Amino acid sequence: MSVHYPALVVVMPVVAALIIAILAWVHPSRALPVAVAALAAAAGAAAMMLVRVLAHGPFAYHLGGWPPPVGIAYEIDHLNALVLAVMAAVALINLLAVWPQAEQRFAERTVFFYALYLLFCAGTFGILVTGDAFNLFVLLEITSISGYALIGLGRRDAALASLNYVFMGTIGASLYLLGIGYLYLVTGSLNMADMAAILPRIQDSRVVTAAFIICMTGLFMKMALFPLHGWLPNAYSQAAGPVCSLIAPLTTKTMIYVMVRIGLYVFSPQFTFGRLDLARAMVWLAVMAIVFGSLTALAQTNLRRMLCYVVVAEVGYMVGGFWLGTRTAMTGAILHIVNDAAMTLCVFLVVGTIGHQLKSDTFDTLRGAFRRMPWTMAVMVVAGLSLIGVPPTCGFFSKWYLLGGALAAGHWGLAGALVFSSLVNTLLFFRIFEIAYFEPVNTGNYGHAAPLRYAEAPPAMLAPMIAAAMGLIVLGLLTGEIVTRLIAPAIPAAIP
Amino acid sequence: MWDDFVRLAVAKANYWIYIVLMCIGLWGMIVKGNLVKKIIGMNILQTAIILFYVSIASKAGATLPIITHHGPGTDSIQAVGHINPLPHVLMLTAIVVAVATLGVALALAMRIHRDYGTLEEDELLAMMREK
Amino acid sequence: MRRLGLITAVLFGGLLAYATPDFPDWGDPRSPASTHVSPYYIQNSLADTAVPNIVTAVLADYRGYDTMFETTVIFAAGLACLFLLRNFGPRAVESRLYRHRPTGITLRIEQGGDLPENSAEFERIDSQWVPYDLIIRCAGRLVLPFIQLFALYVVAHGHHSPGGGFQGGVIFGAALIFYALSHDLRSTLGHLPEARSLIVAAVGVLIYVGTGVLCLLLGGAFLDYAALAGLLGVDPVMARSHGILMVEIGVALAVTTVMVSLYYYLATAGRLDEGL
Repeated sequence: MSVHYPALVVVMPVVAALIIAILAWVHPSRALPVAVAALAAAAGAAAMMLVRVLAHGPFAYHLGGWPPPVGIAYEIDHLNALVLAVMAAVALINLLAVWPQAEQRFAERTVFFYALYLLFCAGTFGILVTGDAFNLFVLLEITSISGYALIGLGRRDAALASLNYVFMGTIGASLYLLGIGYLYLVTGSLNMADMAAILPRIQDSRVVTAAFIICMTGLFMKMALFPLHGWLPNAYSQAAGPVCSLIAPLTTKTMIYVMVRIGLYVFSPQFTFGRLDLARAMVWLAVMAIVFGSLTALAQTNLRRMLCYVVVAEVGYMVGGFWLGTRTAMTGAILHIVNDAAMTLCVFLVVGTIGHQLKSDTFDTLRGAFRRMPWTMAVMVVAGLSLIGVPPTCGFFSKWYLLGGALAAGHWGLAGALVFSSLVNTLLFFRIFEIAYFEPVNTGNYGHAAPLRYAEAPPAMLAPMIAAAMGLIVLGLLTGEIVTRLIAPAIPAAIP
Repeated sequence: MWDDFVRLAVAKANYWIYIVLMCIGLWGMIVKGNLVKKIIGMNILQTAIILFYVSIASKAGATLPIITHHGPGTDSIQAVGHINPLPHVLMLTAIVVAVATLGVALALAMRIHRDYGTLEEDELLAMMREK
Repeated sequence: MRRLGLITAVLFGGLLAYATPDFPDWGDPRSPASTHVSPYYIQNSLADTAVPNIVTAVLADYRGYDTMFETTVIFAAGLACLFLLRNFGPRAVESRLYRHRPTGITLRIEQGGDLPENSAEFERIDSQWVPYDLIIRCAGRLVLPFIQLFALYVVAHGHHSPGGGFQGGVIFGAALIFYALSHDLRSTLGHLPEARSLIVAAVGVLIYVGTGVLCLLLGGAFLDYAALAGLLGVDPVMARSHGILMVEIGVALAVTTVMVSLYYYLATAGRLDEGL
């Protein structure tokens, strides 16, 4: 069975989603165990693949038994084994943490929420393992369509935010599809490795240049890189809590992984960083994204919206690190994909829980939160420190590599933006801690202090959240291992 | 000069048409204020890509990718005699994806109309600002 | 906004036009797309899968995994519409409407009244005025069997002529939607209730995925139909042909029912009554 893990990791959530869609009409209460079992199995398979890659190096799986250029192949290498293992764990932990909220929030629809949740995960896992450019598009659309539906049933303006996301997302996916079509036109292949072998011979063609620009623009829209980020803050802040903590960690990070994959393994590093002189402009765009995201986050009065703009800034980190095109910065960017997925999960879980327990997520409701929900706020502190970049949390290490890469490359703009953003994050999170710890609780009428209601989340929700927070520290402590054994082999030798 | 231009225009006629369609779709999605019109623009954009892919498939003088004579000598099948089947397969997938996206977009538009009673973007924004 | 849209469209069109002169000519048989991978399909699909229609062979076998997710996308769209639109709240039943068939008069029966369910003379309707036209109904009833038969033919004959699960499924779904249009939604729901429709859709996709898993359990790769040879008692090439038929049937079931479900939800805004 172990040879089939690459297929199973994607197929098991799909099968579970189908079974849940049938159970919905006969036995709705069985849906949750099926969903958890499927995601746990997928996470297990992902972990086994990571172990196998560490022991024996990359391997491939030929779907339908057809070898690559003719059929579709899944290629597991150091890069996607790492990202997949973390994403699968994120999806599982999130489901374990949010199901009580979801059952309350969606009532009769919860069963279908689970089905769409699993389809979303299947698509994400598939994007990570596939070695076929067109297969990636199909999986991307599975993820998007289930994502649109999940976001659309959120707060008051969710449908409009989701429809805007549909428009931006469809343009992005269509551009990606068109770019793949251009590559197919000149290479005759859809397999990424096969394309990569053919492309160096025809690099001078205008079609290849156009394909590169179109593909990347499509991915930028999907990953919400400034100035194409417009859909993200509305979609995430309007989504229901359980949905938000799923989509925020997975969507943008997966798209950044795809950018890395296309930029390094389909187009050669020489082409990506050398040929068009785009790389410099992209780094400056990333700098703008970081500065814009951080400044806008400062202006927000709603916790969730503030975090959405932090996500926009974080996208800038990874894009900037990638386009610098040096080994250290690339290490930082790839490491940050993983770390940011974990941090985003943690912080959005906390916000979702606060929103669920206190019925609001403006800063005002946070007053006294440390006394009302001490464990949740402890998780918030860990996640906040990680986003600021304090050791030993994982956020520190990826930022260290990014900063080191920017300084070594002599790119003061990016280095400055990284420091600036860390300072802003410090300000953002310490403001929250201050409100939640020191500021007096709203007093009721006639000066009577309102009774301070203990509002900690039930243990079923707390345990996965605490596990996620521990994960941040574990990831941070494992940084050395991850970098030397997984990320170093994943970066092509052509990168200086 | 003029001959070159005509040759370029005629030899790649399908590709020029798809570019025009694509731009119309994109323009409609950005400029139109009515959400259903935006959805229509989205569909035009997706259809343009289908035209592009199907254009890749064609070969002058070739026929359908269906083998009509099942003789024992299968090695007599010439690749130049049949058009390229792969883009057609891919576009079957893209059509299905477009239908699925359209379904979800219409469902969302319906929810918006249920909540706000309008599909005009400026009216929607005005209503959201009032709150 | 207008200017921004125009600039974006023109810039984008400019980028596409910039690349177009380097394209191979339209219909050029020497273009890379026509010479690299696709000749393999044309020359070998008959020997590999015993399916003369190369598009079907590529769709359901060589790239069968894409097609599996394509079916899943359709299913996801059905689920998404249900999730977004379905009205789960209790329906307000203050009165029921019936049409007296011989006269065409609509009766309203208030709560507590005597309900003439399922009689030959009375027909339950959903709104004050549901169009009733004898000619359309009869013509619809006349045409419908032929559409459905044709749909089955398109599914079954996909190996030899243009067609297959998607095309046949869409035709069959269109037939059911046509029934809803020519009669009313209530009678269509009587034949294919909402729950049954979605369960059949899930079963259709499960047939596809299940075939893949079965191949895997029998020792092949996922969706490697040749592994079914022992089970079906045929040689591996015919096993591929049969495997393709199996998944096409699954696709047809899923597409038919999802098309109908999309119509149910979109045409009634999720209330599942005569609606719009």
